Amino acid sequence: MSVQTYTPREFHRQAHDALGNPQIRGNFRKAMDGLMTKRRDSFGDWDLETLRELGANIRLRALAKLPDLLERLEANCQANGIRVHWAEDGEEACRIIREICQAHEARSVIKGKSMVSEEMHLNAHLEAAGIEALESDLGEYLVQLNEQTPSHIIMPAIHLNTDEISEILHEKTGTERTRDVDYMTAAARQQLRERFMAADVGISGVNFAVAETGTLCLVENEGNGRMTTTVPPVHIAVTGIEKVVEHLRDVPPLYALLTRSATGQHVTTYFNMISSPRKEGEHDGPKEVHLVLVDSGRSRIYQDDELLDTLRCIRCGACMNHCPVYTRVGGHAYGTTYPGPIGSILSPHMMGLEETRDLPTASSLCGACGEVCPVKIPIPDLLVRLRREAVGEGRGNVPGAGVKRTRKEAAAWKSYQWLATHPGAWRSGTAVVGRLKALMPAKLGAWTEYRTAPEPAGRTLHALVKQHQADKPGGRTPDKEERR
Amino acid sequence: MSARDTILNRLRERADGPLTAPECDFAVVTDRGWGLDERLARFERWITSVHGEVIHAPWETWTEALAQVLTRKGIRTLALGREHPVAAEARRALADADLELVDVDRDIEGWQQEQFECVDAGLTSVRGAVAETGSLWLWPTPDEPRLISLVPSIHIAVLDAETIEDTFFDVVERHGWAREMPTNALLISGPSKTADIEQTLAYGVHGPRELVVLVRHVDADTEKSL
Repeated sequence: MSVQTYTPREFHRQAHDALGNPQIRGNFRKAMDGLMTKRRDSFGDWDLETLRELGANIRLRALAKLPDLLERLEANCQANGIRVHWAEDGEEACRIIREICQAHEARSVIKGKSMVSEEMHLNAHLEAAGIEALESDLGEYLVQLNEQTPSHIIMPAIHLNTDEISEILHEKTGTERTRDVDYMTAAARQQLRERFMAADVGISGVNFAVAETGTLCLVENEGNGRMTTTVPPVHIAVTGIEKVVEHLRDVPPLYALLTRSATGQHVTTYFNMISSPRKEGEHDGPKEVHLVLVDSGRSRIYQDDELLDTLRCIRCGACMNHCPVYTRVGGHAYGTTYPGPIGSILSPHMMGLEETRDLPTASSLCGACGEVCPVKIPIPDLLVRLRREAVGEGRGNVPGAGVKRTRKEAAAWKSYQWLATHPGAWRSGTAVVGRLKALMPAKLGAWTEYRTAPEPAGRTLHALVKQHQADKPGGRTPDKEERR
Repeated sequence: MSARDTILNRLRERADGPLTAPECDFAVVTDRGWGLDERLARFERWITSVHGEVIHAPWETWTEALAQVLTRKGIRTLALGREHPVAAEARRALADADLELVDVDRDIEGWQQEQFECVDAGLTSVRGAVAETGSLWLWPTPDEPRLISLVPSIHIAVLDAETIEDTFFDVVERHGWAREMPTNALLISGPSKTADIEQTLAYGVHGPRELVVLVRHVDADTEKSL
């Protein structure tokens, strides 16, 4: 298996390659079909619309009070003994985490799943400083062994099938080649248990940070998150500033939405709520807990009323599970940490539209993502907004806005706009095109690669309707009153 | 200016102006109105659906049921607390049994290797359970620390039937969690699992391979439904 790197600049080539790979297509198709069915079944006897409304409102309320809640979270965490750090970007967050590790002379770090740490390339940063960072979520572990990045935010190794995983484990860790999933899981358990015991620092993400109590909530099935946050002497949690919620009572509805939307589970095996380091008299748990709050473009998204909705996201991945584009091209083709619809509306803010210009158009705007989003993010509207930003027709609130604007295209649309609003010119124009249709070229670049060129009608629709009405006995144009 | 102040200022001086917080109606996550039997049935259905094992026992003789589980599963070493009545009773009942009782009220630094490699099962009390999702809730203590429900291959949890409540929201509200969160609060819903290898479910990936819930019943009437 060759190691590949992906970039959003190469979306078209990567998508093309993925589409030509039956293995990838098969793996994703099977997984996404299963996930869609499971999600639907898991919401079976729920009033889903009311629950989504509540989820959206909880997130909106948190965003409405964001600066106050962050301060409250900080104060309550500190009162509980958790040290809070702030980082403007990923680089600063990496530096903060590295310095904490170095202060403890850490050589080995064990990690629970954290997309924010992927977003800021934490592992590479730590490794450059001579600190080994090992992923402990089974999917992340496999992806790391295979020197890849996750292809899905919830199921990182979903692009790999059993045989491929068996081969990776065999090659990298010396296990037997097998299709026995229990054997492979047990082998990974054994390998990782050694590492949990030896780790100097545990690093995790956060699903919800509760301002009211200074509590960090982690959702998981494997127990690696609990191990990561309990076994090593130091725990560092890293999260985006938007993950804060106001009250503890806000958590149960969001948790109910998250697990069902993500994997169709009515609940995950573990819901782990951490409010402090080990207290006097307690016998296990880390003696030091740190929380690193990362901005990385989020406060910029926050400025704009429409873009703000992006920050409601609770990272369930339902939008990708239901996306016909994601299902076909897979997660790597996007070349970003967050793939699929949520990635296409989030990545442009983090990486700029220069890098990610093709992502807002990697959608048929079918609307499935918006329909399944547990917090009702209008993803299709945001995709359209980013398309407008990319061609310089938005508000300019996204880095790289206007990067796709070409004088030719702008002039073409301008002319079209003029034509379409001047009926006389429109009619004579379309009549001329109809007469000259023989001159229409059969090849129209990329358009005709898979389609036949559109053929202008000999007579315009307008003319045909007029004729039709004239031919009818007593034919005449109905006046406005009658049409109502 | 520090990163903290820069970020907070940027959020406070929002370009499109201040936001209004919407009202939140929590009715959809509470007021299920289930009775004791319904709660018990739901709890059992959900937790067994994710590979949890449920054993019912009358309150007076629950330690006999525990002893049977230990024998049936071939457990030779059992980690447990000392002060909690569940642990205290289990210790008394198992004093002469053919298995080793492992003390957990000691700093993990002194026995981590032992806990990871030599303990077959961990026994804990739980504070209650959630019917809607089949979840146990635990607030680990110095007497019953965090890792005994995680590291040993088998976790045996002792639950009193009448402590099952309808929803997670109800538990958080009725027990006033927001007033006094412990170091660690947990929901546990089944043994550790993964589906990271081609969506195939496998148990015991990092935590326990088995979760046994021993449900204690005070009321003899409930036993009829067992």
